[in-house]
Amino acid sequence: MELEVTIQRYLPEQSSEPFKQSYTVPYDTSTSVLDALTYIKEELDPTLSYRWSCRMAICGSCGIMLNGKPMLGCNVFLRDYVKTGMLLEPMAHFPVERDLIIDMESFLTHLEAVKPYLISKDSKESVQTFEPNNQTPQQLDKYQQFSSCINCGLCYSACPQFGLNPEFIGPAALTLAHRYNLDNRDAGQAERMPMINSEEGAWSCTFVGYCSEVCPKSVDPAAAVNQSKVTSATDLLMSLLGGRS
Amino acid sequence: MQQSDFDILVVGGGGAGLRASIAAAEKSPHLKIGLVSKVYPMRSHTVAAEGGAAAVTLEKDSFQAHLEDTVMGSDWLAEQKVVDYFVRHAYQELVQMEHWGCPWSRKEDGSIQVRRFGGMKVERTWFAADKTGFHMLHTLYQTSLKFPQIQRLDEFFVLDLLVLDNAIAGVIAIEVATGELHLLRAKSVILATGGAGRLFRFNTNGGIVTGDGMAMAYRHGVALRDMEFVQYHPTGLPGSGILITEASRGEGGIMVNKDGYRYLQDYGLGPETPLGKPENKYMELGPRDKLSQAFWQEQQAGRTGKYGDSDVVYLDLRHLGEKYLQERLPFISELAKAFVNIDPAREPIPVRPAVHYTMGGIMTDAQCETSIKGLYAAGECASVGLHGANRLGSNSLTELLVFGRLAGEQAAENASNQDFAAMPALQEQSSKLQQQLAALNERTSGESWVEIKKELLITMEEGCGIYRTEAGMQKTLQTIRELRKRYQTVHIQDKSKIYNTEFFMCLEVGFGLDIAEATCLGALERRESRGAHQRLDEGCTSRNDQDFLSHSLVYFQGQEAARLEWQEVDTSILPPAERAYGDAAKSGDATKGAK
Repeated sequence: MELEVTIQRYLPEQSSEPFKQSYTVPYDTSTSVLDALTYIKEELDPTLSYRWSCRMAICGSCGIMLNGKPMLGCNVFLRDYVKTGMLLEPMAHFPVERDLIIDMESFLTHLEAVKPYLISKDSKESVQTFEPNNQTPQQLDKYQQFSSCINCGLCYSACPQFGLNPEFIGPAALTLAHRYNLDNRDAGQAERMPMINSEEGAWSCTFVGYCSEVCPKSVDPAAAVNQSKVTSATDLLMSLLGGRS
Repeated sequence: MQQSDFDILVVGGGGAGLRASIAAAEKSPHLKIGLVSKVYPMRSHTVAAEGGAAAVTLEKDSFQAHLEDTVMGSDWLAEQKVVDYFVRHAYQELVQMEHWGCPWSRKEDGSIQVRRFGGMKVERTWFAADKTGFHMLHTLYQTSLKFPQIQRLDEFFVLDLLVLDNAIAGVIAIEVATGELHLLRAKSVILATGGAGRLFRFNTNGGIVTGDGMAMAYRHGVALRDMEFVQYHPTGLPGSGILITEASRGEGGIMVNKDGYRYLQDYGLGPETPLGKPENKYMELGPRDKLSQAFWQEQQAGRTGKYGDSDVVYLDLRHLGEKYLQERLPFISELAKAFVNIDPAREPIPVRPAVHYTMGGIMTDAQCETSIKGLYAAGECASVGLHGANRLGSNSLTELLVFGRLAGEQAAENASNQDFAAMPALQEQSSKLQQQLAALNERTSGESWVEIKKELLITMEEGCGIYRTEAGMQKTLQTIRELRKRYQTVHIQDKSKIYNTEFFMCLEVGFGLDIAEATCLGALERRESRGAHQRLDEGCTSRNDQDFLSHSLVYFQGQEAARLEWQEVDTSILPPAERAYGDAAKSGDATKGAK
């Protein structure tokens, strides 16, 4: 069986304009889009460039737009696109570097901005017992889903707000902030709130919810962002009343 | 060429590289650390580890017991004092991860939950559902953001080490996004570049696991040690090789052949344990080498089933029930559905062995330093001596932490007492490399790296698979040497500078060819069967301590054939004994007095 795969190419050293190129790819029931790209690169056109590694939807490298929808190339299969055909484009809302490779820097900057690490309750971090903190399965449950983000960036390609304003810190970063805020071992919420409360924070979200639809790990960033709005509202109210330390 | 200086450079942004960077930053906060990786750190293959990380945790467990399991698992080819250091530092590292926020799975009372794992006599494997590596990697990456002195060079591909008078002086790298060369000068360098599983066609590894760091150290005269020991994981998905965690057996999954028979009882792992009652070191909880070998035997006997073109056996998890699978093994349930269209709650998963882990690697001493001063190695790329002839599942995630931390601290100490090497000599080395790269770029015809890679993968599978023969390995070694010759005139079609991924894939094949030779030479010269290295030749089918209780060391000789030496193994704590599992272990004396 063969399928025509059309790819939006961009070779900045040759032309400033992107162009479309089609390749005929053999497939069977297990051929993923990533397998198709590998086939093209090795057998048809070595200049095609894309990111990939794990092949099992956990490293987050291979995000693309497939017929206009953000997806991971490794866990969608050609067998499901026989009728519709297949157009691959680089992830939306990010600057394109070459072919299917986008510039991830803004995504990483947003992640870093929310202090996505455990800020411990002890003021001196050097004071550490060598025993684990207690955390019940119920406490773990509160944030576990939000800790499953693989940083693939698909939710940013889905987010119309990020498309309009790349300064919006976006679904994945807000989710990560929320993950730590919900962790009973963490005491860093006060440090994260200014970013979440800011103009580029949770309130930029207009709750379209497409981020959760495209998330390949069912992290549900839309829920995290909305819960953050509640936290943010409480936080703002408390600060107005002077109740926040 | 751009030039910059770092006190410490860490090459590789996976678990070991991140842990090393954090350790160095904590030990000596004034040092400038460069973390260089050919991908973004969270893409590193640590991310795909599923099952867990081992450390002595329960009352009934002991350091001695963990040491015995590891040494026995290694078929007595582990460095025992290294193992001893490892088991004593494992727990504190996992607790450290907990303090950094790692979402370890818990018991009802909120304490840490441990699970069973193959070859371990006591439950001691910490886990975060079945995405342990993912959670560890992201926890480390996120924690590293707290340290401004760790400067990341994401998507920088390291080409070569700079070495002067047998001391490390830095590395040369290319910025993938621009194609620009960088001379990165450093006082200490830590290699944390991962294994070389992509030398084999059928593997569980990501595309980036190409052994770059091993090849770079090897080309500068550092020995590659015990490379013949390549771990086949018994449960990869047919076709893709995608990993189905050993934890599925730890949680009670069983292995059956096409007749529904639990064949492992016929391979020294029995007697059969009751369904839903897994027992440590019996049946499905035997070590990986034994299970993969049992598959091969079943295949030869015609008792395997078929999935597509692959011969398979079956991993049956149905009795665990949907809810338990969702709680403990959600990721592999998702993978089985996506990649083989099987719901493990309803049908057994077809599986077959797939290359998973490189036991050997860059030889280091017990402090992670190589034979080049100031050059360290940690994690899968290194051979610090922990795994010997066979690694036990869940020892390597802990290894990343224990030895990543140690390498980071050692590198920091070295960097504090060291000056930068003089620039002119380094520039000279860099220019030489620049000329070689230019030659590759200018070549318009010649050998295809794709063809060379394909032939390499096929020959490695044929000659260095689960069972090996003299003739098979001779042929493979010959083929590798021919491929190395052909690689001299390799060419690439893509001549651009921006994200020239063809160029990097071509270089990775070059690294792979050198490591493949070391692997095959070690295998050929080891005329015995031990751990993951099993031979079918007469006189070589069993362990031979008299002649081969030694590490293989392979040295690079340029375009000439590589050279092999033997190195004594440290057996000072646990003298060699029979390696036995299941009931067979009861008659053996290996674990006598263990408690």
